[in-house]
Formats: sequence, structure tokens, C-alpha cells
Amino acid sequence: MTLAELRRGRSAVIEAVGGERPFRRRLMEMGLLPGTAVTVRNVAPLGDPIEIELRHARLSIRRHEAALIQVAP
Amino acid sequence: MSSGTPLVALAGNPNTGKTTLFNALTGSRAKVGNYPGVTVERRVARVQLAGRSIELLDVPGTYSLAARSADEQIALSAMVGLGGLPRPDVVVFCVDATQPVRGSYLVLQAQELGMRTVVALTMIDEARGVAPGARALSSALGCPVVEVDGRRRTGIAELRAAIGQAVAEAQAAGGPPEPVWRWTPSRDLRGAIERVRAALPPDWPQTDAMALWALMSVGDDDELTGVPETVRRAAAGGEGGGRPAGTWIDDEAITARYGWLDRTVAPLVGGAPDRSFTERIDRVLLNRFAGFAVFLGIMFVVFQSLFTWADPAITLVEAAFGWLGDQARAHLPAGIGTDFLVDGVIAGLGSVLVFLPQILLLFFFIGLMEDSGYMARVAYLMDRIMKSMNLHGRAFVPMLSGFACAVPAIMATRTMERQRDRLLTMMVVPLMTCSARLPIYTLVIASLFPAGHVMGVFPVQGMLMIAMYLFSVLTALAAAWVLSRRVRPLRARRLPFVIELPPYRVPRLADVTRMMWQRSSMFLREAGTVILACTIALWALLSFPRTTATDYDALIAAAPSKEAAAEIENQRAAELTRNSYAGRLGRAIEPAIEPLGFDWKIGVGIIGAFAAREVFVSTMGVVYSAGADVDEESATLREHIRAEVREDGRPVYTPLTGLSLMIFFALACQCMSTLAVVKRETGGYRWPLFLFSYMTALAWLTSLLVYQGGRLLGFE
Repeated sequence: MTLAELRRGRSAVIEAVGGERPFRRRLMEMGLLPGTAVTVRNVAPLGDPIEIELRHARLSIRRHEAALIQVAP
Repeated sequence: MSSGTPLVALAGNPNTGKTTLFNALTGSRAKVGNYPGVTVERRVARVQLAGRSIELLDVPGTYSLAARSADEQIALSAMVGLGGLPRPDVVVFCVDATQPVRGSYLVLQAQELGMRTVVALTMIDEARGVAPGARALSSALGCPVVEVDGRRRTGIAELRAAIGQAVAEAQAAGGPPEPVWRWTPSRDLRGAIERVRAALPPDWPQTDAMALWALMSVGDDDELTGVPETVRRAAAGGEGGGRPAGTWIDDEAITARYGWLDRTVAPLVGGAPDRSFTERIDRVLLNRFAGFAVFLGIMFVVFQSLFTWADPAITLVEAAFGWLGDQARAHLPAGIGTDFLVDGVIAGLGSVLVFLPQILLLFFFIGLMEDSGYMARVAYLMDRIMKSMNLHGRAFVPMLSGFACAVPAIMATRTMERQRDRLLTMMVVPLMTCSARLPIYTLVIASLFPAGHVMGVFPVQGMLMIAMYLFSVLTALAAAWVLSRRVRPLRARRLPFVIELPPYRVPRLADVTRMMWQRSSMFLREAGTVILACTIALWALLSFPRTTATDYDALIAAAPSKEAAAEIENQRAAELTRNSYAGRLGRAIEPAIEPLGFDWKIGVGIIGAFAAREVFVSTMGVVYSAGADVDEESATLREHIRAEVREDGRPVYTPLTGLSLMIFFALACQCMSTLAVVKRETGGYRWPLFLFSYMTALAWLTSLLVYQGGRLLGFE
């Protein structure tokens, strides 16, 4: 499943980061690496973006970008 | 090694308290400007450390030194000393104590590049109980680590001592330290690094890390500057064979660095920081109903402050300069010198300072929103709406401010991190209905449209005004959509839109007022001079040459009454304007504006309005011999406007001409202050020229369509 499909309050571990090279490089440098635990904390009132927690940080990520991140519960 | 004052750079991830720390270290004085060629702010200050004077440079916040565009490249250039920038002797990294792993990633990159590093461990108060020990982190990272709290000003003395020590070591060593790598590249990566390293230009540091930087940053569609073709070819794998650069390099380098950090730094952390305070606030502020209610409330206050609360201060500035002009006229002999002083210099200074109240107020609110962490929530809440036009969520505040005035609104685009987001917002903000357009709309609507009601309830005039507002919002959004698809530097790049939602923090008033002061002084110094020069140039265009065919002095001397004399004086002003360069220019552009329904007198008004749109009203007052002291409520001016006829006896102004004129002013960039501030923010003439050209073309075409289309439909 992808990070975009992960329900609010649920945690998972990142398996792979997809997308084009600059995109995935940036995400990985911000700490979204395979093996990293991630939790969906919140969904913006209009349904997009979503707020995730990883490595003790809170990040906002757009749904179509989260859909490029494969996670395993 | 620099021979002069030692240079220390201050770097770190966004939201790590870097600005607060910079202010705490530098006291009150900082020079604010831009890095060459990009709209990235550069702040430098001189600091006394243990009897030695050093320069402290604020490097833009970043997560990595790898870059995709010229503005991201600045972080590397400023730290390594590329692109004409000096190489710092020491780099101080702000690392958020609540998330030291992510913060240390940047430190590792710097050490690979051979930088002398000092770590300032910030946000200690938020990391209570979980922060890594300074000594343990120091031995892990192999550099001094100092706990600081920039807000409470604790640890500053220790940090200054550590920086002083590092500077002394740098000077004793006489060169940069040996690079430190925490991981060993694979054989394939080794090969790629060596291939690129052989191609590095002589003015780059000849290090493996620079080669790795090129391998990770250079790509088919990057917008980096100063990367030689040899490096590009080598990085793409074209020279000397080997695997082409690709995701495998990113995977290997990033995974290896984070692997080391997870093994070495992560165990020093006590756990997740307590976020219950922030979570409680977010439950309200990010709530579907309460969140938007609060958001709209805050935006209403910002808007009101610019639109209404700034008014007394603006009136005061205008009154003060009006008084100054009157005093000058009363005490100086009448003549061209006095006219220059009063209408050129004093009026010009007034037209610069009149922006200050709105700039100060807007940056007061922006400072509060930034420092409290609310601005990140604005982007979070508005992203869904703004992204459909390819705009950044944070573009909402500048665009809203554009309803008051484009000048502070364009300055407010600095709240966005990426140059592309800032530029796109700057290009559409001037389309919003600013308050300077209102006098023109009021004059045109009141003069040419009936005061009646549509369907008995909706007042025609009021509905027209609302329609003009709606029109401006729709064109601004449509323009953002089109520009972000058609103009290459404004195109949405394929980078993730990931923003940090920092914990809520109590803003420090000292930091907010410092930003208000820096923005205002920068505006006065750099945009103000351009605005002043343009005001004087426009005054000269409207004032020279000073020839009239009629001998008005004799007529005034023979005038039977004061009123008659004033009337003749107005006629003299009208003829002077007609004969002026601006008047000639108006006639010269008449063929171009005739298809829009305008005559040359309107052309003169359009030229005069370049000083500020509302000047159109007083210029038309002069041109129609009604005197310069008219405003949009003036009955005389309205009568003059209704009475104007063309050579064939048809009236100049019909509701159709009025509509065409309003649309022209809605779309054209008739405002030199806007252009001056865009020039200042973008550091060149390219973007103001683009802005002026595209808006004028859009205005001309739309007015043409409206006027000619209206005539085809049988309207006059």
C-alpha cells in the first residue's frame, strides 16, 4: 500500500520511495527513507495535504506525492 | 584563506531558530541584501568575539546541500565559497535538539566537503528530557556542540567562545580541515566520483565531496548556474565510461549517511518531544470548521489593517508632505526651481514614504505568523485551493495583501522558500484590485453609469464595483495558471511539496520588529530611490517644455474676479500639459489606444498614472481645465468628463469607453512603484520588464475586445 492510503492515526514502515530523481532525492534527504517508521497524524480540512510524523518531525505532504511512497504496516 | 576579517557562516534546517540565533549573536546591526542573481536574502553582520572582529553570514535554511536550482545552490556556494562568494572559515550549524538526526544530515555533508563545523543545539526547552547530551553529540560528530536558547539568550556566551576558538584554530591551520567521511562509497560510486573529480574546474575545491555533489545535483532539467559543461558531461556518465549518474547514487549516499546517523546519533535521543501543547492548539486551528473560522478571522484582521488601519498614517504622511510643499511654495520664489522641489522632490519623497505604514503593518503580522508557526498552517490549510493554480499555499497572504497595495504584497512573497513560488506570486499579485484603482473606478462609474438598480434591487454602480473585484481575482488566478504552464522559470518543478509543521512558539517581539525595520529600510534604500527618480522623471515629462500660445499672465491680470482668474489659471495648466512631453507622448500613442475608445487626453492620463494609478484622476483634472485639486468625488470633473466630445461631436465617454478604461486599469501594470519593488526583489530588470509587458499586452487586448465587441453589439 502507499502512504496516501494509510489511515489517520496508523503507522507503517516505508518500503520504497518512487517518483522522479529530484523528487525522491529530496524526500529521502528529509528523512523519508526505506525502513523509516511513519505515522499519519492528521488530514487537512480540505482532504489534502496530510500531516505525517517521522523521526520526531511533523511534515505536511500532498496526497499525490504520498501515493509515490510504498509502505508496509 | 581570506586575508581580512574571518568569515563565519550560520546554516541549518528551516525552523531551527536560526534567525533568532543570528539576532542574538549580532545584536542590532545587520546588512541585508540579496545573493547575486537570485531572490535569496543575504544577511551579514560584524560581531566582536574575544576581542576579534568577525563577519557572520546567515545562510538560507536548507535540508541538504544538493541543489536543483540557482536559489538552492546558494547554500553550497555560501559554505564552500563558489560563484564569487568568499569561503567561510567556520560554519555554525543550528541543529534542533528535538530532531538531531535530521539536523545532523547537513553537518555530515559539510564535513565531507571539508568544513570546520560548530553545532549550536537549539530548541533545548522543547527537547526537555529527550535532547542528546552536548558532550555525547560532540564526540559523535567530532566538532564542538553548544546548547543554546536564542529566545532566552542562554548559551550565547558559550557559543561565542566556541566560534572564537574554531576561528582561531582555522587561522592557525591556514587552510580548510581534511574532509571527514562517515561511510565508504562502493566501487561503482568511487569510479563515478573519480571521473567527475577529474573534470572539476580549477576554481572549485578539488574534493570527492564536490564530485559527489555534482553527481547528485546535475540532471537533465536542473537550473543550476556556473556548472561547466565538462562537469555536466562527466556527471552524466558521458566521459570515460562507467554507469550514468542516477538514483542508485542518491540511494547509496543518502542511505549511508542516515545509516550512520541512525547508529550514532539516534541512540543519544531520549524519545519523542512532548508535543501536547501544539497538538491541543492544532485541534482547533486545523479543525474543519473552527480552523477556517480562525483563519478567515486572522486574514480579515490583516486585510483590515492594511486597508483601514494604515489609513490615518498614510493620510498623515500625505498631509506632512503637502504641508512641506506649501511651506516651500510660500517661502521660495515662484518658478521652475520651486516647482522641481515641490512637485518633483517633495512629492517624490512623499510617494515613497506613503508605503511605509502598510509595509510595517504587513510585516508585523507576517512576523507574528512566521515566528509562531502559524504561517506553516496557512500553507497547510490553503494548499488544496492554491495548488490548483500552481501557487504555493503561502501565496495566500501576499495575494490578499494585494487588495490593499501590490508593493508590500510583493515584499511579502519572501515568506516562500522557493524562488519559483516567489516569482509566480509576484507576477500575479499586481492584478489584484489595489486601493489605488478605486478612485479611477469611482470616477468612471459615478460619471458614466446610471445610479439606478438592476431588477429593482441591485444598485448598478455597486454591482459594477463588485464585478471589478471579482474580475481581478479571476484574472490573477487564471494568470497564475497560464504563466506556470507557459513560462519556463515559473513552471512547477517536479519537487515534493513537503513542509515542516513546527511546534507553536511564542513570537519574540524583538525579532518581529527587527524584521519590520530591515524590510522597511531595504525598501526605502533600494526601491525608494527608484520610485523617487521615476517621480521626478514623470514630473519633468508633464512640466516641460513650458510654452503656451496664449499670454495667460495678461489675461489673469485683466480678469474681472478671483474666480475668473482661477479659471484662466486652470486653462493655462491644461495648455501646459497639452504642450508637455507627456502631452506629445499622449498624442503619439493615440493611434494605439484609439481602438480601445481612448483619445490622447486619456493617453496623457495613462502616462501620468504611471506615478501611481490614482494620479490619473488629478491628471485628468488638469487636462480638462478643472484644476489639479480634484478628486474622484468632484462634480466639476464628472461634468467635464460627460461633456468631452470628439472631433465629430460624439461624446468621448460612454459607458462602453468607461468599461474599457476600467478594464485597462484593472489589467495594466500602471504603477512604477510595483515595478521598482519587483526590480528590487528579483535583483534585475528582467522580471519587472516581463511583468510590465505581459500586463500591458493583456490590458490592451482585453480592452480592445471589450470596446470593439461592444460596438459590434450596437453599444456606443
